[in-house]
Amino acid sequence: MTLVLALILVPFAAGLILLCLRPDAPRKVVVWATILAVGCGTVALSLAPTPVDLTHLPVNVHWVNLAMLLVEVAMSLFILYVGVRAKHPLIVLLTLAQAGLMTWFELAQGSHVEAGQSLFVDKFSVIMALINGLVGGGICLYALGYMREYHEVAHRDVPDRRPLFFALLFIFMGAMFGLIFANNLVWLFLFWEITTLCSFLLIGYMQTEEAKRNALTALAMNLAGGLAFAVAIVWLYRKTGSIELQALINSPDKALVLLPAALLCFAGITKSAQLPFSSWLLGAMVAPTPVSALLHSSTMVKAGVYLVLRMAPVIAGTKVGLMVALVGGVTFVVGSLAAITTSDAKRVLAYSTVANLGLVVLCGGIGTYEAVWAGVLLIIFHAVAKCLLFLCVGVIEHKLHSRDIESMAGLIVSMPRVSVMMQIGMAGMFLAPFGMLISKWAVLKAVVDASPLLSVFIVFGSSATLFFWVKWMGKLLEVVTPHERVQKELDLGEAIALYGLSAATFLACLLFPLISSRLIEPYVWSVYGHSASLGQGNIIIMTIMMALIMLFPITFFNYGRGVRVTDAYLGGANLQSSTRFLGSANTTQNVTIGNYYLHNIFSEAWLSRWGVTGSTVLLAVMFLLALV
Amino acid sequence: MSPWIRLLVYLVAAPIVGGLLAGWDRRISARMQSRLGPPILQPFYDVLKLWQKENVVVRRSQNYYIFFFLLLAIFTGALFFAGSDLLLVIFALTLAAIFFVLGAYKASSPYSFIGAERELIQMMAYEPMVLLTAIGMYMVTKSFSVDEIAGHGRLLVLALPGVFLGFLYILEIKFRKSPFDLSCSHHAHQELVRGLITEFSGRTLAMIEIAHWYESVFLLGWIYLFFASMPVLGIAMSLLVFVLVILVDNVFARLKWQTALKSAWLVAAVLGFGNILVLSLLR
Repeated sequence: MTLVLALILVPFAAGLILLCLRPDAPRKVVVWATILAVGCGTVALSLAPTPVDLTHLPVNVHWVNLAMLLVEVAMSLFILYVGVRAKHPLIVLLTLAQAGLMTWFELAQGSHVEAGQSLFVDKFSVIMALINGLVGGGICLYALGYMREYHEVAHRDVPDRRPLFFALLFIFMGAMFGLIFANNLVWLFLFWEITTLCSFLLIGYMQTEEAKRNALTALAMNLAGGLAFAVAIVWLYRKTGSIELQALINSPDKALVLLPAALLCFAGITKSAQLPFSSWLLGAMVAPTPVSALLHSSTMVKAGVYLVLRMAPVIAGTKVGLMVALVGGVTFVVGSLAAITTSDAKRVLAYSTVANLGLVVLCGGIGTYEAVWAGVLLIIFHAVAKCLLFLCVGVIEHKLHSRDIESMAGLIVSMPRVSVMMQIGMAGMFLAPFGMLISKWAVLKAVVDASPLLSVFIVFGSSATLFFWVKWMGKLLEVVTPHERVQKELDLGEAIALYGLSAATFLACLLFPLISSRLIEPYVWSVYGHSASLGQGNIIIMTIMMALIMLFPITFFNYGRGVRVTDAYLGGANLQSSTRFLGSANTTQNVTIGNYYLHNIFSEAWLSRWGVTGSTVLLAVMFLLALV
Repeated sequence: MSPWIRLLVYLVAAPIVGGLLAGWDRRISARMQSRLGPPILQPFYDVLKLWQKENVVVRRSQNYYIFFFLLLAIFTGALFFAGSDLLLVIFALTLAAIFFVLGAYKASSPYSFIGAERELIQMMAYEPMVLLTAIGMYMVTKSFSVDEIAGHGRLLVLALPGVFLGFLYILEIKFRKSPFDLSCSHHAHQELVRGLITEFSGRTLAMIEIAHWYESVFLLGWIYLFFASMPVLGIAMSLLVFVLVILVDNVFARLKWQTALKSAWLVAAVLGFGNILVLSLLR
């Protein structure tokens, strides 16, 4: 199947072309053409039988490996240069260690190291490819309109480096395809490092002090994961003589491959921004919105959980797996509680991403067939709903010049379409019968079956989730002061991305039985020999609930009929509608309404301090357990 | 009884039983305060009267949320009494409660807003214990299906004493009774006015009342599950718990929402999780 190769190479080629395109019009053409091609390609791939036959692909030739080595060396040199120029000793140290290790490995073993099959595509890869191609594609389309407004209206002071920006988006996408199709761990590692580098460059796009600092943090943390990855490859080769992912997963002697698996889980944990590494993803918000959406939904963090879920069969039932699950559980609770305390919309979304990926990592750590099934579900639904939310916040930020949740009151009047789509995205994140709730339900069942005590993380974490989402939804609905409607909410690319994702949030729930039976269950079958599902009766009930919810908009046909409208009760004589009232001693009082952030119960700093300490201890214990 | 018949009985009988319970509640409360109290049928008279009143709103769409609250409250109980998955019942319950809260947000008045925020905090407070109750029942009966839990041969409460006590605690919050009448006090002269329901009137207020009837029956049905292997004891205990809730309502003054949240989480962690810990150690 040349299609697999094309999916990796086309985005790379498009990226290189975009790097040379300065004017807007040809860029638009290239972006549209590539997105359409990649979108069709991923859908075609999803219809092909798996595992895809890749034996005749001419990829195992010497010059391909040589080219990859060159790219790797060039990247290491570039990162080294970045580290030296920024006087960041940790980056320099990590790069040197990693490059040294890999060079030694290539030189000492280079001629012998050979992977039987460098690429491998099963249903899990197909699912990831669909997310990357379709959701990622939507983000790139959105970015066209967004970045124009970004440079021409919102941030005139930021140097316009759009060619680089779009080039990086597509290289990122290509690397992600490479990462999910690779079976040769050395290749996987190369693509892994490309995503690290791309995210570094994208986070630092604004070139402000804050952007530079956060980009370096992200780089340092991901390099730590990269180092663990490199050690895993070398160790695996020394012990088993193989550098194939599938060989690692299907190894008959699980104890032998436990340390490499633990190292790869560690790499996955850094990349998916789990505690103690969650700060890089929170810092990544300085970048333009399409970057946040990309990092949070379709690429980067999903690469991390992808690797952890791949390791699930190896670490299932081991103490290492338990530690991974605990890191995920702690991250879920801490992330959910932290999201309550902040009113910065992007920050809330970031905490929610960290928390939800924590659930996926929890599933990976448990590693039973039920848990893996639930984990893959989470990845799919989270990608769609979270992407929609980020893109909505991006639009709102441009129009309101603020991303404070408190400033979003009355959005239903000023930007009705975006507001409704945000409500859909939020419902998709936590409400029955939408996707994320189905997944959480599946996670809860899997956890209770495997180790009921871990369910304590889910029950407390998900109740916190409920609080911060509903208070945000409420903010979007309430209208205290009159608002004017914003002219021209969306341009074409933005509209396509937002409408498409809103529809996908619904469709993913309606088609959930199909997604499960066609994509997820075959994968879980192929790994475990049996699979999980929700049961026919429950799916019917979910569908009834969905139908009920979809009736809700119909009630609005009755809008304003048979009711008498009056002012809100303010505890005094109302002045000028419901915005002011005459209080005691004839003073005029303004009405202000603000959400609770529970600062006196938990604070962000306290949560992150304990979260980081706890998870660091857990990771240390994990390595100790893997070594002995 | 087949699930469909049970469902039908629930749909017809629940509002009647719920309304009678509400009347009984007012009567017993009155007696505890040395008053005579209204007739038992008073809640029905109230609802009938409200139904004929003019519908006054602050925001034109606020009532639709309440209509869906009622619909989903009925749906929750329907799932429960038809013997469906307990977790699914909890999710439906949450969804119903969220529509109620969103309606209050939509009304955009300071008093309904503060009621909405507090109701959310109450939901956050009781949710862990509700889920732990379902998990505890699953650990004993190996099933989340209400049917199979009810058909389990042994008394669940014997294996789940901690979970039962924890559930009683959060029941006070769920019923919005003192000391946790934080989101909509029953006495409109207080600082909350009527909190959550300040801006609802007429038919919509009647719908809220009816939804509460359905909810009470469902929650007492859940108490029954703890004693399901001995039906008579189950019904007696459900009623006893209802009287206990009324007694607590009359004995305690309102607590702060901070106390509600912290204590409910503590109860869930100690009684609920502790019980599950013991169960999994014994397994």
